[in-house]
Formats: sequence, structure tokens, C-alpha cells
Amino acid sequence: MTDQPNSFRNQPDERGHFGPYGGRYVAETLMPLVLELDREYRAAKADPAFTTQFEDLLEHYVGRPSPLYYAERLTERLRADAPDNMGAQIWFKRDELNHTGAHKINNCIGQILLAIRMGKTRIIAETGAGQHGVATATVCARFGLPCVIYMGATDVARQQPNVFRMKLLGAEVIPVTSGAATLKDAMNEGLRDWVANVHDTFYIIGTAAGPHPYPEMVRDFQSVIGKEAREQMLGRTGRLPDLLVAAIGGGSNAIGLFHPFLDDSEVAMLGVEAAGHGLDKQHAASLAGGFPGILHGNKTYLLQDDDGQIAEAHSISAGLDYPGIGPEHAWLKETGRVEYTAITDTEALDAFQLLCRTEGIIPALEPSHAIAALVKCARDMPQEAIILANLCGRGDKDIFTVAEALGVEM
Amino acid sequence: MTRLATTFAQPRPALVAFLTAGDGDTSANLDALVEGGADVIELGMPFTDPMADGPAIQNANIRSLARGTKTAEVFAIARAFRARHPGTPLVLMGYANPMVRRGPEWFASAAHEAGVDGVICVDLAPEEHEDLGPALNDKGIALIRLATPTTDEARLPAVLDGAGGFLYYVSVAGITGKQQAVLASIEQAIERLRRFTDLPLAVGFGVRTPEQAAAIARVADGVVVGSAFVELVEQHGAAAPEHLRHLAGQLSHAIHNARKLAA
Repeated sequence: MTDQPNSFRNQPDERGHFGPYGGRYVAETLMPLVLELDREYRAAKADPAFTTQFEDLLEHYVGRPSPLYYAERLTERLRADAPDNMGAQIWFKRDELNHTGAHKINNCIGQILLAIRMGKTRIIAETGAGQHGVATATVCARFGLPCVIYMGATDVARQQPNVFRMKLLGAEVIPVTSGAATLKDAMNEGLRDWVANVHDTFYIIGTAAGPHPYPEMVRDFQSVIGKEAREQMLGRTGRLPDLLVAAIGGGSNAIGLFHPFLDDSEVAMLGVEAAGHGLDKQHAASLAGGFPGILHGNKTYLLQDDDGQIAEAHSISAGLDYPGIGPEHAWLKETGRVEYTAITDTEALDAFQLLCRTEGIIPALEPSHAIAALVKCARDMPQEAIILANLCGRGDKDIFTVAEALGVEM
Repeated sequence: MTRLATTFAQPRPALVAFLTAGDGDTSANLDALVEGGADVIELGMPFTDPMADGPAIQNANIRSLARGTKTAEVFAIARAFRARHPGTPLVLMGYANPMVRRGPEWFASAAHEAGVDGVICVDLAPEEHEDLGPALNDKGIALIRLATPTTDEARLPAVLDGAGGFLYYVSVAGITGKQQAVLASIEQAIERLRRFTDLPLAVGFGVRTPEQAAAIARVADGVVVGSAFVELVEQHGAAAPEHLRHLAGQLSHAIHNARKLAA
């Protein structure tokens, strides 16, 4: 139904605008390449061979479809604290079971196939938590392309296991020391590399942000999450969920889950930003605490001061530690189709432990924010209601961070 | 005629000199550039995320912001420059977000009141012209566009549509201050650009020495030098003016006389 004028699924326009957001705000050197990428992406989308190869790799290399899981013990645990007959059923889309341990690989498969189609011979990417870096290094190893990953020096220090994974996979990891040395600065450095190497280099952006067509393209590749979940939920329960919940840094796992459901008006949606130390302190919640502006190729909500200088974000989760958000989320917030909330570091840590102990699943700190949010919602929803959350990454990478936060010596 | 048009109407090519506002004593440094012979001043608006800049200008941005430079101070520097140098064209160069933060009309008015002649917005593609272009044009401020080695002939008309002041040819696909372009490629590019526009053509990125500047000035209407000046500010701090004056003197001499020497 994407061609209905009142659909929420027909964005962006041909210039990459989601309402007033999105667009193409890049240096002129990159513009011709960004336009070429757009043309090539349209051609690839229309090419059944491209889709077949993408789906084949998702099935046999990534391990899709990922399971849809009813979290019975977590549901019971939350019902114990809920009023009578309240306490919604909690279901998880298990994208943490993907090869490489997060949803990031879905997008990387799509983009590297596009890079090869465009004749590019070198891949670059930025990474925060390292999940996108690992996923990019993985597909580069799989297709035999050299790979350079830009990663903030702060993130290199707090995500050592992923740094080593990338190196094992043959990638060169370049620590970025400018700014606060986190994801934003890694993205700046990625853009600087790209502008100097446009002739042979493809930039695999890891989230649903950046210049058009990246937000649309990343969304489309990640929409496999929502398409599978919709079909699986209908097959298992005969109905659609009442509420979708997903964590948001740039917002790729959330838009991947939400997009296929956007025109199902009975399905409510909640995006969960990182409130860090608290929304009145340092945080990473661009929608809750930011204003529209222009950064990294797109117009969207940004954490910034009165002069338009970009603020440093903070979250215990490196993957959410970014002062912007994908432009489609900015638009979905303003249209009211999706609600957004924010969860603090402490709340996320509690949810992390809760899932470990009730379900035997160690989640990444990113989806721990979604879990903390759904805990708050579940008790106010009837028992027959269904909450579906995206478990977008596994927590192996985070155990050192969590241990430190909990005061445990390892 | 506008100040930019008057400057480029002279029979000799122009030295376009860049400094980051708020990095060092900017007013004293700008005066030194003009005294040394700079024809056009490009004043950089500091930004936290200067993603098209190399280390020299990145660090200048960081130093300026660390000193607490606000947008209001950038305009104060511009306004004071205009009062001291009524005839020298002044161009603001920077990134889109600080320019649109309070709305394009606010920015255009503030720039107009400060005596700014043109604006270069690195990450405002012609495709997003509406965000800033109309507001600047309403105030008679030129939106100066950039063309690059990747801008092909099919795209050039889109880049030139709405362009004013002069056309800034970025001679290398890359960031500021790094590699230098091969002279032959610049000559080819200038020849190609002249077939599409009557705007003056200024060439920049990676130009550091009088020899390079002179070679470019034989074919271009202006030569932009940025990182080399910014590095002098970093190295010499309060003593920067004399070094800036000296380098601007060497560069402007080479540029102003390039065509005479070639003839």
C-alpha cells in the first residue's frame, strides 16, 4: 500500500526528504557519488538477481529468519508486580542470534553487494560499539575486499573485544582522537577518507542516517526484521502485536522493525533513546533533548547548543552514544506515528540483569534500553496484549562495561 | 559593483586568504593578511565537526571553540574588519549547522549588518539551496559555490545555478591542507569551467608556496590559501601577525605578477 498518499511507508521523496528531514548535505566532492549511489541503489532494488543474492546470504550466512520468541518467565515476572489481569505478553525478535551477534550484518550484506555492483574495491566504515565495524569487517572478509574501520579512541578503549574481532577478520582499525573520540568523530573521519578516495571506495554507513539514499537504503535492508516479525507473529498468534519497542541510537534496528508495521494503525510503537546520566545531565537522546539541525549529510534532531555546535552525547551503551538520529525517526516523531522515550544508564543496567536472570539471554546494552522501557509499559497493559521488542544485539561485548558499572573486578 | 566584483575586475589575480575566527587574535591576524597583500578574506566560522577539513584547520576549529568563540563573536570580528577595511571583500566560510541554527533569515541579516560580502557553506549542496540561498540573496550576499574534480559537465549547470561572487574550484578530491593537485589538471579544469560560467574562478586546497600560487594564478582569477596561514597562527600565537604578513606578501607578489612573468 506504499503508494497511498496517506501512508507512513512512502517516505522519503526523490530528494531524500522525510517531511522536512533527511536530504543530502555533503561537500560537493561527494555529491556526484551520492547521486550515483542513489541511481545504482534504484537499479539494484529493481533487479531480482540482487534481491535473490541478498536473501540467500541472509538465510545461509546470517542465519535468518531470526526466531520470534515468547519470553514467558519475563512476562510472569512483570505480571507479579502488575495489577490484576494486567501485564502484557513480552515477545522478542531475536536478532542477537544473527551471525556476528547483532542486526548490523543485515545492512552490511546489502551494502557490500551494492559496492561490488558499483565496482568499488575498498570499503570503509565508522563504528561506535564495534558491532557495525565487526559486521563490516565480516562481509569484507567474506567478499575479499580491503576494509578500514574508523573508531573513536574512547570506544576503542571500552570495546576491546570487538576491536580484536575486527583485526582477526582482517580489517584495519584506525582510532580517531579528534573531539570526544566517539562515534560522531569516527563518522567525521570516515567522511574525510571517503572524500579523498571517492574513485574506488564505498562507505558502508551503519545506521539509518547520512546523506540520501543511506537512510532509505539502510532502512530497506533492515526491514527484513519487521517483515519477518510481522509474518511470524501472525503465524504464531493470528494477530499483530499491540506495541513494538526498540532502542535508538541512529535508529536502524528500530526503523527496520517499525517500517513494515507503520500502516497497521492498531500497532503502537515506542522508540527508546539513551538518557545516559539523565535528561537533565549528559545523555544521547536527540529527540528528547535536541533540536533540528544539519550534520553528517542529513537534517535531523541533534544535540547542540544555541550556536549550532554539536554537543557530546553520553550513554553507557557505545552503540547509542551519538548526538543525532536517523531522519525518518525525526519525521515519525513529528507526525506522531511513533512515540519516543528515554532510558537512563542505570535503568538499562537493571534491565540487562533482569533479562539475564529471567530468560537466560545476555542482551547488549543497546536493547537493554528497550527492555527497560517495555518493563514500564507492560504492567499497564492487559494480559492479552502483546509487546514485541527487538533484541537487536547480544551482550558478550558489554560484559566488561557492565562489570565495571556494577563494581565487579574481572 | 559589489566589493567582490570590484576586486575580481582588476587585471591581476587575487590572493584569497583564510583564517579561522577566534583562533588567536583574529583582528590583528586579518590586518596582517591585508597589509601583506591579501585581496579577499575568508573568515572561517568554527564548528565542532569540520568534516571537510584536514588536521590544520580541524585543530584551529577546536582551539577557537575551546576559547569559547560564539557565533556573535564571529560577526563582531567581521563587523570590526569591515570598519577598518571598507573595500576588502569578506567571505564567511563554514558548515551549514551554525549558519541555519537560528534560521537562515537571522544569519543573512547578521551577515549583512556585519558587512559580509559572500558565504561559502561547505556541506550545503545545491540540491538543498533553499535552506540558505534565498535568505542570503535577499540581503545581497553572494552564495559562493564549490566545484570539484568530481563535478562533471552534466552536473556543473546545477552547481552554477544560484552561484554568486566567484566559483571556488576545489582542486583535489580530498580535505583541506593535504595533497596538491597536478598543475595540468587545474589548467584543464579552469578551461572547462570557463566554458560554463563568467564568474571569477578561485582555486584552492593544498596551495602553500608562492611557486604553486603563481602557477595557478596564470590561469585562475584567484588563489585560495588557508592551512598554511592557519599553521602560522598555531605556531606563533601572539607573534603570528608578522609571519602572516610575510607569507601573504610572498604569495600576493607571486600571484599579482604571475601573468606578467608568464608573458
